[in-house]
Amino acid sequence: MNINERNIKIWSTIGARATLGIAALELAKEIDNLMVLTCDVSTSAGLDRFRKTYPEKYLDLGIAEQNMIGVAAGLASENFNVITTTFAPFQTMRCCEQIKVNLGYMEQKICMVGIASGLALGTLGYTHCCIEDVGVLRSIPGITIISPADSLETVKALEAAVKSETPSYLRLTGSSNNPIIYNKNYEFKIGKSITLREGKDITIFCAGAMVHKSLEVAKILESKNISSKVVNMHTIKPIDKMAIEEACNSKLIVSVEEHNIIGGLGSAIAEYKSSLTKSPKQLFLGIKDTYSKGGNYKFLQEKHRLTSNKIVEDILNSY
Amino acid sequence: MKIKETDQIKNIKNFAFQVRKNILEMAVSAGSSSAHFGGALSITEIVSTLFGCQMKIDKKNPQWEDRDRFILSKGHACLAYYAALCEVGYISKEELKTFEKNDTNLLGHPVINRNLGIDFSNGSLGMGLSLGIGVAISSKKKKKKFKVYVIIGDGECNEGSIWEAAMAAPNFKLNNLYVIIDKNNFQQTGSNKEIMNVENLKDKWSSFGWHTTELDGHNIQDLQKFFKESKNIDKPKAIIANTVKGKGFSFSENNNDWHHSILSKSFHEKAINELKKNNFK
Repeated sequence: MNINERNIKIWSTIGARATLGIAALELAKEIDNLMVLTCDVSTSAGLDRFRKTYPEKYLDLGIAEQNMIGVAAGLASENFNVITTTFAPFQTMRCCEQIKVNLGYMEQKICMVGIASGLALGTLGYTHCCIEDVGVLRSIPGITIISPADSLETVKALEAAVKSETPSYLRLTGSSNNPIIYNKNYEFKIGKSITLREGKDITIFCAGAMVHKSLEVAKILESKNISSKVVNMHTIKPIDKMAIEEACNSKLIVSVEEHNIIGGLGSAIAEYKSSLTKSPKQLFLGIKDTYSKGGNYKFLQEKHRLTSNKIVEDILNSY
Repeated sequence: MKIKETDQIKNIKNFAFQVRKNILEMAVSAGSSSAHFGGALSITEIVSTLFGCQMKIDKKNPQWEDRDRFILSKGHACLAYYAALCEVGYISKEELKTFEKNDTNLLGHPVINRNLGIDFSNGSLGMGLSLGIGVAISSKKKKKKFKVYVIIGDGECNEGSIWEAAMAAPNFKLNNLYVIIDKNNFQQTGSNKEIMNVENLKDKWSSFGWHTTELDGHNIQDLQKFFKESKNIDKPKAIIANTVKGKGFSFSENNNDWHHSILSKSFHEKAINELKKNNFK
C-alpha cells in the first residue's frame, strides 16, 4: 500500500467508503485468494474499479444479505479470503443470524465491512443510519470489531483484518472530506489502542468519526485548564484492557461514540472497568437509546450532542 | 416383470437398511432428550444414495480435497447424516451412542467436525443452500471437479433465505450444485398445507432457473437415474423428492407426532422387528 502525504489527502477527501475500494484493489494484488462480495452496492462502496479490474475476485449477490453471508462462508470454508460489504444496517442486522452461525459458531474467517455506519446517512432516515451494529455484533463470540478513525486507518484496519485469522467487522463512519487523524504512516495493531494526546485529568475514549471530535474537545478543555488524554480505541472487541486500567488514574473517563450508548464502545469499557477495584466515574456520550427525527449528518450530530462544543458542555457538567 | 437389481442398487439398499438401524440405535440411546426421528427417516434413501454411491469420497480420508461436499441444511435430520457417516466409516458405532450426550461431537444438529466428515454446522433453517453456493463457486474457481449436494426440507422452504439462494445459483451457472428437497409434506407442528403451503415446488424451482425433477425420494433407482441423466445439464439441479415422514415404521409413517419424539425401548423393539421383517433390502 502506497502510504504517502498525497494519498492520505486523497483518501481523506473521498472518505472511508471510497477508500475501501482503493484498499481492496491494492490487497487483490498481493492476496491471490481474495474475494470481495457485495449486495448491489459496488459504487457506494467504491468498488466499481475493483469490479472491473478483478471480475474473477468479485461477486455481486444482489440485494440479498443473508445469502451473501452464507456464500461468503462457503467460500471461506474452501480457504478463500473473503471481504463482504454493504451498508452497515444490512451488513450486520439483516443477516445477523447468518453471522452468528457462520462467523461466530462455525468460525469462518470473513471480514465484513459496514459502510456509512453511524449517522452519516441521516437524511435517508434511521433505516440507513446504524447505531446498533457494535452492540449486536459484540454479543457474538469470536468477532473482532474495528472502527477506524480516518481514511488511512480504514486502509490499515482492512489490511490487518484481511490478514488476520479471525472473523471481523469494520465499521466505517464519517462521510467524504473525512478529517485526517494520521498524516503519515504509523503502526496499527488490532486490539491495541492509540493515545493521540496525553493528559492527566480526563481520559476520552473514542472511535471512528468521534476521534477527530474528541481531539477538538481536548483542545477546548485545555483552554479551560483541563488536561485530557485522547485514546483512539479503534478496536472495540477485543477491548484494550491495559488502556482502561491506565485511564483509571484520571478523574473522569469519557466514552464518545456515534452509536447507541447501550452496547457500544462505552459499554465495552464499562464492562471491564467495573471489574477494577478503583476506577473513576464514566460519562457515556453517544446516542441516548433513541431514534430521533432525521436530517443531515451535521444536524444529527448536533441533535445527539456529538459536536465538540456539546461534548465539552457535557464533560464540564460531569467534571 | 421385476427389474433385476444391480449390485449397486443392492449395496445402497443395504446401506439404507444400516442407516435406519443406526438411527434407531441413536434415537433409543438419546432417551428422554428426544430425537428428530421423522425427518431423518424421510431422507434415508437420499443420504444412502449419496454416501453409498453417488458422491466421490475417500473412505480413509474425510478431508480429501477433491471429495464431493455435502450439506445437511435441514440439520435436525442429523440422525440420518451421522448414521450414514458411520456406514462410510468416519464415525464409529461407539461414537454414535454419544448422540446428544454431554460434550458429544454429535449434537441434535450437526457441528462442524472435519475429522468426522461434517463440513458445516447447521440447524438454523434456510442457511445451507447459501453455503452450498459458496462451495460450488469455490470448486469452479479452484478448477476442481467436486460437486456439492445440499438437502433442504419442504418446511425449510418457508424461509426467505432459501429463495435468495435459489435465485442466485442459476445466476452463477452452478451446474455442480444439487439441491434435494425432502418433500415429506410436514413441518414441526403440522402439515405444510396447515402451516404454510409450499405446493408446486417443481414449478417454483424451475421458474428460478433450476433443472428440476420430481421423483419418489425413497426410490433409489429413480434417484440414481436422475443423477446420471442430468450430469451434463448446464444448470444447478433441484430434486423435489416426494418422501414419507417417518418412513420405514408403521407407527411413525406420516405421523407427525414423530417429528421430534422419544423412542422408547418398546417402540425400538417394534421398529427393529419391522425393519427385519420388511427387510428394506
